[in-house]
Amino acid sequence: MENSKIITLEGVKKHFPIGGGKFTALNGITLTFGKGEFAGFVGPSGSGKTTLLNIIGSLDTPSEGKALVLDNDIGKLNAKKAALLRRENLGFIFQTYNLLPVYTVFENIEFPLLLFNMSSSKRKKAVLEAIEWVGLTDKIKSRPAQLSGGECQRVAIARAMVKKPVVVLADEPTANLDSENSHHILQTMENLNKNLKTTFIFATHDDKVIRYLKRKILLKDGKVTADEVVKK
Amino acid sequence: MLSIKLAYRNLVGAGLRTWLNVFVLSFVYILIIWHYGVIDGWNIQARKDMQDWEVGNGQYWQQNYDPYDFFTLEDSHAKIPEAFKKGIEEGNLAPVLISQGSVYPEGRIQSMLLKGIDPDQKVLDLPTAEMNVELELMPAIIGRRMGKTCKLQEGDTTIIRWRDVNGTFDAAEIKVVKVFNCNVPNVDGGQIWIPIKDLQQMMQTPDEATMFVIGDKFEIIENVPGWKYKNQASLMTEMDEIIKLKKVGGSFLYFVLILLAMLAIFDTQVLSIFRRQKEIGTYIAMGMTRKQVVSLFTVEGAMHAILAVIVGTIYGAPFLIWQMKAGFSMPAGTDDMGLSIAEKIFPVYGIGLIISTILLVLVVTTIVSYMPARKISKMNPTDAIKGKIQ
Repeated sequence: MENSKIITLEGVKKHFPIGGGKFTALNGITLTFGKGEFAGFVGPSGSGKTTLLNIIGSLDTPSEGKALVLDNDIGKLNAKKAALLRRENLGFIFQTYNLLPVYTVFENIEFPLLLFNMSSSKRKKAVLEAIEWVGLTDKIKSRPAQLSGGECQRVAIARAMVKKPVVVLADEPTANLDSENSHHILQTMENLNKNLKTTFIFATHDDKVIRYLKRKILLKDGKVTADEVVKK
Repeated sequence: MLSIKLAYRNLVGAGLRTWLNVFVLSFVYILIIWHYGVIDGWNIQARKDMQDWEVGNGQYWQQNYDPYDFFTLEDSHAKIPEAFKKGIEEGNLAPVLISQGSVYPEGRIQSMLLKGIDPDQKVLDLPTAEMNVELELMPAIIGRRMGKTCKLQEGDTTIIRWRDVNGTFDAAEIKVVKVFNCNVPNVDGGQIWIPIKDLQQMMQTPDEATMFVIGDKFEIIENVPGWKYKNQASLMTEMDEIIKLKKVGGSFLYFVLILLAMLAIFDTQVLSIFRRQKEIGTYIAMGMTRKQVVSLFTVEGAMHAILAVIVGTIYGAPFLIWQMKAGFSMPAGTDDMGLSIAEKIFPVYGIGLIISTILLVLVVTTIVSYMPARKISKMNPTDAIKGKIQ
């Protein structure tokens, strides 16, 4: 069990300067995540979900405590090493999709692979495979402006998954989607989790997402109030 | 390599925004090259005209002659030295006698310089051969400016008055046989050219001259008693000074144009930082280092300059070549400025000018792209992802 731990958070605190004082967004979070989990931080706005996701994603650092992601101490990583960690092992899915507007679907999904020394034929194969996962083979040449919200998020999932990362971090991935699209997206992610053993960690307060989670970590005012494994 | 690939994709993907910048930059390229080409063309033409029409391959001046002091003219003539006779016979030396006089066009008095020259001379481009006509009146040629000032046209007659070597005033009627078109004010404004033999007779200074214009094949004789040798370079000094001044003035426009290009790119890049924060945050989230992001934006800026060279070549090269052949017509009135300006200037584009302009714009564009891109490296990635203005 110990060996499968890929993320360890020990007493993680995060303070933000506000006015003359400071705001504590995370207040002593201790958690571990294993490979292949389908987990989520659940809680209301301001509970610290996104902040925690940013720390795990090495986009931010803890003010106190220790965050180990794939044996990398996030607090001690320099910017270059943090970038390498994200490039090689982490995938991100954002609430607002964050697709590159001037790129086509193919180019958006191909982008993370361009950061690796990969031949164009291998890249093409990987991109086409990812496009197939999300069912967008007919939109390959479309630009984000020509896609619906659901399609955009599917492109974002394919982009996050194309490099087959160890962990995918999804921040409110269904917030801008209708019910049908949300389920479609979540099923896609669930299948990828099952087939590729990719760890998915969500930050959400959407019931549709919560129903799919296999592990729910409830956050309130920067503290973990419950950590439940859902038995289905 | 990655930056180049991504920058290219971004530029192509940005469509109109890219092409607007590229067009502005290409316009700056073309304008700089054309403007400098006109100045260079003007300089080359002006120097050539001055050599062909006034200076020749150098001159000999009678030792008292000072073109800036008319009072010296009275004493600025002497017998043609024996050493020059051969050169004159062979047509490699053109003697010129100069005297002060007045002309009375339509009854008005006007001061002028009477210049006597051999109608058969070939050293200068002056159409002196036109004076080889049998007339009752003395034949004379004048420049376009002089014709305009005195309201004289070809075939007109007028009275001239002069003072001979003994100080006696005399007058005669001349007929304008040719009004020549010349870009060199020094052989045109306030001057009337007549055959040297006639002027020598009028001045009672037979076989005398004030100066000699040297032709290409004349072997320079350094020390001729009573005569000062002026080489071509020293006679062109003034012209060269004017060219230098023009270049300084031209440099000002050059830097204004560079500034314009800089502003266009800087503005675009600064705007990009604010408009593309989310995109930058996404790059960072996907694993690009800050250095790679800075490099991407810098290369994007530099690529604008490279694309501008291509676009500029497509529409600018035909324009520049056409200008080189058709010439640039100078606005009316510029020939009254006292400078040697042709009615049409044919731009000359040196390879040095083209390469230095391209390199300068490329370097400047890259620098102004790098400056705002550096700001990106200081962005908080979590805020950048959300597109928060910082």
